[in-house]
Amino acid sequence: MIGRRTFVRLLLACALLFLTLTSGMAFSQSGGELRFSLHSEPKTFDPFLVDDDSSLSIRYLTGGVLVRVNRHTQDLEPELAESWKVSNDGKQITFKLRRGITFSDGSPFSSEDVAFTMQRLMDPALHSSTGDAFRSGNGAVSTRIIAPDQISIAFPAAIAGLERLFDQVAIMSAHSPRKEMAVLGPFMVAEYKAGSSVLLRRNPNYWKKDSQGRRLPYLDSIRLDVQSNRDVEMLRFKRGELDLINVLDSDYFDRLAATSPQLTHDAGPSLDSDFMWFNQVASAPIPEYKRSWFRDANFRRAISQAINRDDLSRVVFNGHAQPAIGPVSPANKFWFNSRLKPEPYRPDTALQRLQADGFHLQNGTLFDKANNAVEFSIVTNAGSKPRERMAVMVQEDLGKLGIKVNVVTLDFPSLIERISQKFNYEAAMLGFRNVDLDPNGQMNIWLSSAENHAWNPQQKSPETAWEAEIDRLMRAQASTADPKKRKESFDRVQQIVAEQAPFIYLVNQNALSAVSSAVEGANPGILHPQTFWNAERLTLNSTTRASR
Amino acid sequence: MNLARKLACVVVLVVCALSLAANWLAPAGYTRQFREAPSAPPSRQHWLGTDEVGRDRFARLLYGTRISLLLAPAAALVSTVLAALVGGLAGYVGGIWLRLARGFTDLFLSLPWLFLLIAVRALLPLNVSPLVSVLITFLILGLLGWAASARVLSTSADALRNSDFVLQARASGLHGLRLFLVHVLPNLKPVLYAQFWISIPVFILSEANLGILGLGVTEPLPSWGSLLRELEGLISFREEPWRLVPLLLLVVVMTSFQLLLSNEEVTA
Repeated sequence: MIGRRTFVRLLLACALLFLTLTSGMAFSQSGGELRFSLHSEPKTFDPFLVDDDSSLSIRYLTGGVLVRVNRHTQDLEPELAESWKVSNDGKQITFKLRRGITFSDGSPFSSEDVAFTMQRLMDPALHSSTGDAFRSGNGAVSTRIIAPDQISIAFPAAIAGLERLFDQVAIMSAHSPRKEMAVLGPFMVAEYKAGSSVLLRRNPNYWKKDSQGRRLPYLDSIRLDVQSNRDVEMLRFKRGELDLINVLDSDYFDRLAATSPQLTHDAGPSLDSDFMWFNQVASAPIPEYKRSWFRDANFRRAISQAINRDDLSRVVFNGHAQPAIGPVSPANKFWFNSRLKPEPYRPDTALQRLQADGFHLQNGTLFDKANNAVEFSIVTNAGSKPRERMAVMVQEDLGKLGIKVNVVTLDFPSLIERISQKFNYEAAMLGFRNVDLDPNGQMNIWLSSAENHAWNPQQKSPETAWEAEIDRLMRAQASTADPKKRKESFDRVQQIVAEQAPFIYLVNQNALSAVSSAVEGANPGILHPQTFWNAERLTLNSTTRASR
Repeated sequence: MNLARKLACVVVLVVCALSLAANWLAPAGYTRQFREAPSAPPSRQHWLGTDEVGRDRFARLLYGTRISLLLAPAAALVSTVLAALVGGLAGYVGGIWLRLARGFTDLFLSLPWLFLLIAVRALLPLNVSPLVSVLITFLILGLLGWAASARVLSTSADALRNSDFVLQARASGLHGLRLFLVHVLPNLKPVLYAQFWISIPVFILSEANLGILGLGVTEPLPSWGSLLRELEGLISFREEPWRLVPLLLLVVVMTSFQLLLSNEEVTA
């Protein structure tokens, strides 16, 4: 039998233990301040007007969305919506919302807020690029509130991959006077010093809890310093003043890895690609014989085969890149056509291809059948060292075939003017930063009528049979909600692009990032935001917490 | 000639000689890419290591020096002649022409010349060989870089116009071009030399600025500008000190050019 005194002692010990545990829990809830850099001033805090990386990062951290693409698995996961259903014709989506959620200012969340959000997003006067993705045809987008926790949104025409588009739509409050400052995401904007920093504080009303029932996020705040200079960013990271570097280039990555390999993360090929293309515009001010080279798929394929992509990946990116295959990176798990392989480096085959078309070598110089020496210029943007290095290596590779390449670096506005308005260039080398997994995001590139159909934009009708076929396939994939049919169509598009080589894809850069050892729970991925996609679950170690 | 000038003269001559002997001293050439050894440290094969795409840095330094040292004086000559024509003649004629020339020069000086250079560079035809592009770059530098020298020359010529000996020459019946050539121009010579020598480092640095922006001499031709660009992102000098060699050479050559100026020219 336990004596009374012993019982009292035990009781006191239990009470003490309980107090210790609860105080520990309170401490772990105080997660400290995470710090990293934005590379430019955020242009807006309005989630519908986001167009730049910095604003995109802030929207990701503050905005609550109905569904979220998991940046690691690339699967769609429920957020504010418990479930959703897309109609068979792909024109309507119905969301079942979670109940009992409030905005950061305490105003309740309901289907009225979703209706208000869609109404504002689709307002033509707002010119929202997020809203543009939902413009499927002529006519208005209508919302129907079925219940406070249920809403149906109807579109004038089918939208392929409709549900994934809601990953970008931060829900705004219909009633809060604070408008975009009342948020449903894990953090809220607490302080903004123009040109200096943005301070995000934990949203006290955030709805998510961890598996142990603790309210998320763990962090108290996130300080985002506006810092465009990458050298300074790296120095501050090394000094422990910053905890994350979201995107690193290969030079910095290797330098950091040499001293602190545990802080660097190479997540493998990203969605971004670097490529070059030839000007095929009929009215471009280039000699007719050059236009005929550029419009010949055989010439383009020969150039592609003469480029050593393995060397580009190894030399320019120190191995932190992969030879590119086509418009979709292998990192895009669902949409990549796995039957395609990178164009192998075969200068001999390339020369044979060209010789079959009447090109011939004479004293180390390649001439076409009309005896014009094969010479062209590649324009690229000044200031991008990796791209300039790639251009120099392509220059060397093509020089081995007797082709003279002049590399011209131009400031960005001049470059854009040449390639999109005056068409006064021969070949260009640029990169494509892809943030959207769905091929619908590339409609403005592949449709022959599109402005960004870089090699020959804004065609009244497709000038070649293969472009007409791409138009048909892109429209076909966009008009059905069946993922299998869409995949078949887009696989064929990738196949045609590989055969015709309108873009000569060079490399897919790896997603490189750095995470301080002070940060716990980070799992860098390839999709934006690479290092802080799970910001609500990030914590800082106790030493760092105590020091901030 | 004092010791410093002699030393500077030797330095400039040695650097010029080395750059002209690049074909023999660096047989690898400035274009060949040793892709199996990019960013390599100095070795017996590559005395200053290799750059990011595996090109021999020593060869690129010698060829780059040749380009910068040959073409910068040419650009300086163009700008000095232009300055003499605009500033010297306006100062000699005086009156409304001098005021107009000074106004025009001030207007030219107020232009953001770096942006002007970038704009002019962007307007050039794309399909030109690297050698032509480098000539064009320095020609543009020369054509756009005359204004500051013209301002100095106009003031000097104006002072000469009102000097006693020019007055006396006029009284003796000397006028116009003959007066300018016989009395004014010889007295402007120290100023012209000074402006010429001062312009050389200015143009080398201007090309280096354009090179740092990626807009200077086109690849694969090297220049000091493109070589200095490699210093971008160099966080610690201790890591790769050999990468500082182009910068050191630039400093040494610029200093030598300044020392080459005589006291008279410096005063002018």
